[in-house]
Amino acid sequence: MTKNRLKINIGPQHPSTHGVLRLVLELEGEIIKSCEPVIGYLHRGMEKMAENRTYLQYLPIVDRIDYLSGFFNSFAYCNAVENLAQIEVSKRSQYIRVLTMEMNRLSSHLLWLGTFLLDMGATSPLFYTFRDREVILSLFEELTGQRLMYNYYTFGGLRHDVSDDWLDKVGDFVKIMPKKIQDYEDIITNNPIFTTRTKNIGVLSKNSTLQYSITGPNLRATGIRVDYRNSKQETGNKEHNSHGLGYLVYPELDFEIPTAKTGDSFDRYKVRVEEMKVCLKLISQCIDWLKSNTGEIISPIKQHLLKVPEGEFISNVEAPRGVCSCYVKSDGSGNPYRVKWRTGSFYAVQILPKLLENTFYPDLMAIFGSLDVILPEVDR
Amino acid sequence: MEYLYFLYIDFLHKYNLPEFIGMATFPLLPFCMVAAALILVVLFLVLMERKVLAFFTQRKGPNRVGPWGLFQTIADAIKLLCKENITPTGAEKFMFNLAPLLAFVPVMVVWGLIPFSSEFDFMSYSVSALLFMTIASIPTLGILLAGYASNNKYSLIGSFRSVAQAISYELPLVFVLVSIVVLASSLNLRQIVLAQISVYPFCGWFIFPAFLGFLIFFICATAELNRCPFDLPEAESELVSGYNTEYSGMKFAFFFLAEYAMMFIMCAFMATLFLGGFLSPFGFYLSERFIHNDLLAQVLVYFEQVFWLFLKTFFLIFCMMLVRATLPRLKSNQLMGFAWKVLLPLSFLNLFFICCYKYFIYAK
Repeated sequence: MTKNRLKINIGPQHPSTHGVLRLVLELEGEIIKSCEPVIGYLHRGMEKMAENRTYLQYLPIVDRIDYLSGFFNSFAYCNAVENLAQIEVSKRSQYIRVLTMEMNRLSSHLLWLGTFLLDMGATSPLFYTFRDREVILSLFEELTGQRLMYNYYTFGGLRHDVSDDWLDKVGDFVKIMPKKIQDYEDIITNNPIFTTRTKNIGVLSKNSTLQYSITGPNLRATGIRVDYRNSKQETGNKEHNSHGLGYLVYPELDFEIPTAKTGDSFDRYKVRVEEMKVCLKLISQCIDWLKSNTGEIISPIKQHLLKVPEGEFISNVEAPRGVCSCYVKSDGSGNPYRVKWRTGSFYAVQILPKLLENTFYPDLMAIFGSLDVILPEVDR
Repeated sequence: MEYLYFLYIDFLHKYNLPEFIGMATFPLLPFCMVAAALILVVLFLVLMERKVLAFFTQRKGPNRVGPWGLFQTIADAIKLLCKENITPTGAEKFMFNLAPLLAFVPVMVVWGLIPFSSEFDFMSYSVSALLFMTIASIPTLGILLAGYASNNKYSLIGSFRSVAQAISYELPLVFVLVSIVVLASSLNLRQIVLAQISVYPFCGWFIFPAFLGFLIFFICATAELNRCPFDLPEAESELVSGYNTEYSGMKFAFFFLAEYAMMFIMCAFMATLFLGGFLSPFGFYLSERFIHNDLLAQVLVYFEQVFWLFLKTFFLIFCMMLVRATLPRLKSNQLMGFAWKVLLPLSFLNLFFICCYKYFIYAK
């Protein structure tokens, strides 16, 4: 360490690290010369836990991997087990899964938007986005009894059906939401302070995103149109894991995948805001389908006695923070032999030292915030 | 003022106290009044800020302590008073304790310079505008000391930023002030206000010729006050709380008080320079028009002048709060670039324009 450098610890308790990330920075004046992320403060042994629990006992735990998008983890695990045990999932429950997951993505993006701007010093958007997120959480509470850890999906379907009344409430919410998103764009997107702070800041090149396995909106902001919801892919990289494309009923739904060009902080913001609009589009399509179709929602299997035949399966889900993969290996007993999780935030933290080198200290928030990292997902 | 002084001496005579006690204590009295008024104003201001921000973000704000949350700030103040004063290990003890005072005392002094009405300004000098700027820049020293003495890296970075910011934003501020001095041909704040009297109501206010100057002054004042979007020295998301991270209890309260008091005083100063200070926006005083008892009207006019000044000040404060609720924070290099590349040339332009205006139009 040279003489003029100031070593500074950001975290693990710091207002803007979104949890318990610790960054060891070396500053020269206000310029970051090196950055070293230290993780593991929230490690709960999620993967090891699976090995001495039955398949069903592990199910409530997976929601806690990413507490802002519990449905995605839940679905990744359920999907893997269903594929291994060859359990059919009815169309109606598939539609409900898409509906709840898209709502969850919307709530997750809303929270991200508020905290991102809070990190940049704007206090008001946080309250606006939390107001809207609150509506979604209340709807989830009504449906599942929980606000964050839903435990709503089961192997082969869902715990219970949705009511028409609840669907109407979601429909009302979807109707008012586009105007709210427009409001956010009005106050944020064209704000000169915001644009100068984010444009050309923290630029991720196409190459480095692929090298570092960055997925999700961070990847799409560089212009690569990879989304596991979509059945057609344009990766350009053959090694890219293309297993499980177009899962659930996504191929039947009409939606586009927003991308941007340069891959800077502003583009990551833009992609997420566009994704929020796509979420709304998907939600309203699901509501229309669910209102006009009825059906069973759960396969008649004994959940608590579930024995999975020998084999392994990896299921990929497009979560709000990148691809969430769940690998399940079974030895034929009632407990999983091995469960491995792959989550998007972990890789976003990994690229931080590269992104932060020779940037200004205030840029740390504009870059780190835009990557949308959440720590329980990193540490698991 | 003279009249009040004799009243005071008479009052002391009744209790057989010698005159020199009166001479020594009389200058302290207005200061005590001013200090008490300032603290009351700040208590209200903190509540107002919280209420206004709550309004912008669709919340209720404080509403539990007293009616409409009126006693919330008092409760907060009591809490701060009761807290233990902690000096962190490794801190420079003397400077650590000196810093809050350095930030607070100049604010109190500056407050007395504002002309509240055409008769009562507690300190009136021929160069009071210059004196204002000089004393108002001392709190920066307190902030620097606080950051240096705290033995905390966040505080240190915060205080560096604060000093850099204060130096670069004071220049355009002073150049705008010079343009006002040119317009009024005086450095005395009361004379500056009186120069804004015109035949038509509020047309003589200096905001009209010096509108550009007003904008520059407003931006620079926001920066001087370390308020959003220029709140880099206490950027919560970067520096936890900046220079006052290590302070607690009464020492923190001093910083807090100084910050809000300075905000009020800066806005009052702005109202004095640009919005006609204590002048009525109607061109006549309401109490003169509606109260036909001459003596009573004369007394009421003074109160009315204070009212107009406060009204204009609170309008400016509301604008600052609106800005705070809307904008994100600037970046430090942006901040410097903005001050030196944009505001400083603009303030020269403003000064040039005002000089031409004064020479060709105003003088005739």
